[in-house]
Order: sequence, then structure tokens, then C-alpha cells
Amino acid sequence: MALFVTCLADVFRPSVAFASLALLKAAGCRVSVPRAQTCCGQPGYNSGDYRGAGDVARRVIAMFESADYVVAPSGSCAGMIVKHYPRLLEGEWKERAQALASRTFEITAFLTDVMPLPAGDRTPDTALTNRKVAYHDSCAGLRELNIREQPRALLRERAGVQALELEKRDVCCGFGGTFCAKMPEISATMASEKLRDTIDSGADMLVGGDLGCLLSLAGRASREGIDLEFRHVVELIHDHRSGQGIGAGPANGAGRQ
Amino acid sequence: MKQTSATFLQNAHDAMLQPERSMNRQRLGTLMPQLRDSGVASFGDFDALRAHVSEVRTHTLDHLDHYLDSYVKQATQNGNEVHFARDGDELNRLVSDICQRHEARQVVKGKSMVTEETALNDHLIAEGYQVTETDLGEYILQEAGETPSHIVGPALHKPEAEIRELFLDRHDLGDRELGDAAALVAEARGLLRQRFLDADVGIIGANALIADSGYSVLVTNEGNGDLCANLPPVLIVCTTLERLLPRFADATDLLRLLARSATGQPISCYSTLYSGPRRDGEEDGPLETHIILLDNRRTDILASDYRDMLHCVRCGACLNHCPVYVAAGGHAYGWVYPGPMGSILTPLLTSLDESHDLPNACTACGRCEEVCPANIALPDLLRDLRHEELLAQLSPRRWRMGMRAHAWLLTTPGLYRRLTALAVRSLTWLARGRGSLARLPFAKGWSAARDFPAPESANTFMHQYNSLRKSRHGR
Ligand code: SF4
Repeated sequence: MALFVTCLADVFRPSVAFASLALLKAAGCRVSVPRAQTCCGQPGYNSGDYRGAGDVARRVIAMFESADYVVAPSGSCAGMIVKHYPRLLEGEWKERAQALASRTFEITAFLTDVMPLPAGDRTPDTALTNRKVAYHDSCAGLRELNIREQPRALLRERAGVQALELEKRDVCCGFGGTFCAKMPEISATMASEKLRDTIDSGADMLVGGDLGCLLSLAGRASREGIDLEFRHVVELIHDHRSGQGIGAGPANGAGRQ
Repeated sequence: MKQTSATFLQNAHDAMLQPERSMNRQRLGTLMPQLRDSGVASFGDFDALRAHVSEVRTHTLDHLDHYLDSYVKQATQNGNEVHFARDGDELNRLVSDICQRHEARQVVKGKSMVTEETALNDHLIAEGYQVTETDLGEYILQEAGETPSHIVGPALHKPEAEIRELFLDRHDLGDRELGDAAALVAEARGLLRQRFLDADVGIIGANALIADSGYSVLVTNEGNGDLCANLPPVLIVCTTLERLLPRFADATDLLRLLARSATGQPISCYSTLYSGPRRDGEEDGPLETHIILLDNRRTDILASDYRDMLHCVRCGACLNHCPVYVAAGGHAYGWVYPGPMGSILTPLLTSLDESHDLPNACTACGRCEEVCPANIALPDLLRDLRHEELLAQLSPRRWRMGMRAHAWLLTTPGLYRRLTALAVRSLTWLARGRGSLARLPFAKGWSAARDFPAPESANTFMHQYNSLRKSRHGR
């Protein structure tokens, strides 16, 4: 299978990609990382640049279609390939897009529904037992890919964490890709609501499956002086102790496997 | 209604500065979805019903000429006069002609988004008629000189205290308490009762038009539509072509979807069928009835890729579930229709030029599409409008250039690698060990409201991964 690293993990959080690699290997996969990959093309697509996004989509399809499965540590990038490439392309490319879509998964869904991690190969991290962890559903994962229970189950079984639920768990955090740069004030209002909801849940850590949401929320929390830790769900499932939370400083553990 | 969609961001900014109204919106943004959810859950197979109605409506729009023909024939046979209005001005003129013919002075209106669209009130008032909105929310707004912020609850943005002050100020009724909401409602009801009795002409909208009987259907929760329709001697129904449905049973299906999606009610308090004028031997009902079918670009929409928008039942669920609407409020959108449906309808019914921020007021979270009883793929239509903006060069130049550069970069991996490596290194250097950066020269939009989280490492994943592989193979 092939790992779709995602541009945000590549640039901001390599440990998410390393944790993904390790988890996929633990599940028994032979993982390749196509070297020429860049990004799924969402920013342009969502800004209405269908031509540019189409070029990116065709490239991604050609690069990844030889793999049995494509897995991404992101609901929105996987959703882009699964739901939007077929909508964007025509003719033969549409068929190829559909074929790739049927083999593309977000990582927690893949590790639950397709290639489950072997039971009992890991003891839950004791450093996590006293933490109060809430889970943030990213909209694309939730509504495009129906990801809801998978990350929570993995957190429970692999990390010994019973995720706390946010009151408005199905409401967007305000990231929205280019939206947060085009309409920063509205976006920030939405992020603040999500942070308030997180604090109200009693959590001291917010975990999610999409770096976009997490980076945007971490940035808003830092601006508001709110003390919360932000992490991608694979960091907890794999090994919580790899460095600091998102936006909290350099990760000591980054770069190791 | 004067359109201010062009200043959406400024409007939203102003709205978010009002803490009481903002909190009120957040409260409704939680409450309304809860009501809708419980209404839908108590139905059973809501999705099947929504799929069924969607098919019926697609079929009706596909054969619009047939159903329109049948509707007009039946409605005329029932004694109605049916008129067509190409645009808002034509509708307004038709209405004032009818009023003039009857030497009317007082007009009462039920809630009608179509006449908001044509700014009928302004027109009639300018012609010297006394016009009274009789839906409680619309009445409050008329007295306050404000515009609707929501298509179902037009005055939801107004806190109770403001309404109390307004009534004490506007109604010449001497000293009184107006202690609670019930007292406010009672006062408005008392005043409106007389207006109904005095009115010469009643104007209402329609939720559905039934082709095989020529009837129109209206639902309200206050019963004011029925009083508008039955007490004055003349009734005018102002509505649009896309309300057509083949049979009465289709309308009942639609009303099920509508009420549950709008307020969670299984059915609205009043659902009425209007057939036409009072018949010989009947004791009440209007003596003369008119139906005005407004086009106002709907036939253009029918022929366009945005045709699904004509399935909209105006339930307001997409507003209630839209986090941008909840944050910015309905007035920010600057015209009649706010929220996701408004961000599509406003450009289509006015101009994309005037309203090009609206299709961007969307995070593509998909919650509106999930709840829309008409199964409209709202986020896709919004994205398509952004695509049109791009083609029409309506978005800022730096965005367009940036986007083109970005797309090119994504298909040029060698350069992409070098640039991301450079960016990561500079960002880590700028952060100097701190978790995030407060300001970034090239990310003004972002840093206006957020710090910029620094990358966790000075090297990209790809760089690290390649080095690891190399050292392993070197061994
Ligand atoms: S677009 Fe859908 S959800 Fe929005 S008002 Fe229309 S029918 Fe209701």
C-alpha cells in the first residue's frame, strides 16, 4: 500500500507521517511512500480552480493507482480523493478516479475496517491515563467518509483513552482551508467556540484526525492564551511521547521511527 | 430592499461586535439543530421521504410547462385570476394595480419571502397604501425598520428586551407592564386584529401550488395567513413557479419535510388550502382572488447548472446548521436570503459581482447538505460559484495568481520539495524554539486572528524520510 503523507504532515508535523508508517507496518502492510507526491489539491479546488485541481488530481491518480490501498492521515485529503476527484474529472480519468477512490482510506478507518491492528501488541501508554482527552471530528472525515467510531475505538483499545465528547461535536471548527485566510474574523469566532466547547468538556488535550483543524485551533488557542494540548490521533495510537503538542515547540522525537 | 452583500465582511464584523446578539445566535445555533434532529428522528425513514419528494420535484421541473398549464387552467376555473410577473417591478405593479382598482387603502400581509425579494412594501407605501405585516416577527421588524435575519424566524435576532422597548415606544397604549413574551404577543395580537378587520386587500405567499386542483397551500404557525386570506375582500397570492407540485399528496409529503426541518414540528400549526374566491352561498372568504407567479430569473436558473436550487423549500435548516451563519448573523449577507441557500440564491437572483464574498462564506463542512430536506448539494453549488468567480476574475488578483502558482507548484515536485524545505527551515528559524509565531508577513489573513504554529522540526518529513532510507541503504 502507499502512504499519502499530506502536505501539512510533510511540513508541519513529520511525526504524524512517521507514526502512520509505523502503524501501517504494525498492521502488516508493506508501505511505500511515493517520492514525487505533493498535495491533494484541495486549496485550489475549494477556491474554484477546477483546472489546476484537475491537473493535480490526474498526477495523484497516476502516481498512486498501482497501490492496492492508499492511506492518508487526514479525513479531508482522503475525502478529496474519494469524493471529489471523481466529481472533478471526466471520461477515462473519471473511471480511474473512481477506481482509486474505492481503494483510498483515512488511516483510522483503514486500521479499523480494512487492516485491523493485531490485538494486544501494545500496552496502553500510562502517561495518558490521567489526561482528559477530547476528540474533534473533522467535517470531511465525519460527513464525507463517515468516520466517527473508528478513531475513538483505536484510542480506547490502543491508547487506553476514553475520549470525551464535545457538546457540538458535529460543528465545524472554522478552519475550512483557504476560508480561514479569506475570512479570518469569522473563522476565529468559530475556532473560539470550538475551544470553549473543548474546555467545557473538561479536556486538557484535543485530538483529531486532520492537521488543518488542529493547526488552526492551536494557533487560535495560542493567540487567546488558552492552555490546551493538540495532537493528531495517530500520535496517541502509536506513541504519545514523541515530542510536544502541535504549536507548542520543537518536537524532540521528530525524525525517529 | 437595499442590497449590502458587497460589504459582507464588514457587516459580519459589525454583527460579531454585538455580544448579546452573538450569544443569542450561538444559543439558537444549538437549539434549532436539536429541534430539527428530534423532529426528524420521530418520523422514521426521513431519508426515504426526502428522496421521494426530490424525485417528484425533479419530475415536476422537467415537465414544468405541463404542470403549469394544468395549474393555470384549474386555478382559473376555480375563479382565480392568474398573472405572470417577469421581475419584481412587474409583480409590484400588478399588486398596486389591483389595489387601485379596488380603491384600497389598507393592506395586510402574511410572511412572504417573494415580496421581500421584490421590495413590495416599499413600493406600496410609496404609492400611499398603509401596509401591515401580520406575522409577529415581520410585524416587529416593520415597526423597528429592520429587515429579516432568517427566512423562517425573521426577528430571531431581536432579544425580548428590545421588542418590549419597541412596543412601549411605538404603541400608544399608555402605562402598562408587558412583563413577559406572552404579554408582548397579546399586545401585538390585539393591534393586528383590528388591522385584519379594516384591511381592503390581503397578500400571502404559498408553500406549494397543486397542479391538478389549482389550489395553493400555505403553512403558518400563527394563523395570520388565514386571516389575511379570508377577512379582506380581495386576496393576492404572490409566489413563484417552482412551488408547483402535481398532486395534493405530493404537497403533504413536502409539508412533512418542511415542518420537521424548520422547527422540528411534525406539522405546522395551520396548513391551509386556498381554492379561490367565495362561492355562491358561502358565508366567508374573499370576493376576488389573484395569483401572481413571479419569475425573477427562475427560468434562467432552471436552464442552468444551479437548477437544484429550485428544489429549496425555504425551511431555514441550512441557516440553523451553518456555523458561518451562526457566527456572522443573517444581516451580514446583505439581502433577502442568508446562510448557505442565500449565498447561492443571492448571486443568482441579483448578481455575482455584487455578492462575490457570499459563495466564499463556507468552510465546506457539509452540515447544510446533510440536513437539507430538498437534498441540495449546497457546498458543491457554492464551490461552483467560486469557480465562476474565478473565470469572471471577481476574486482578488493576488488570490488568483497565488492559486495558479500553487497548482503549478504542486505538479512540479522537485521545486515543491526545495521550496517546502526552505519554508520549514525559515519558519523554524523565525520561531526560535517557540511553539508558534504571532506574525507572518506572507500570511496576513491567518495571523490576523491566530498565531502560526511552527513546524515541529527544521526538516520536512520527505527530507527526513529520504535521509533515513539513504543511511539504511548505505549500511
Ligand atoms: S437549501 Fe435546503 S436546508 Fe436550506 S432552506 Fe432550502 S430546503 Fe431548507
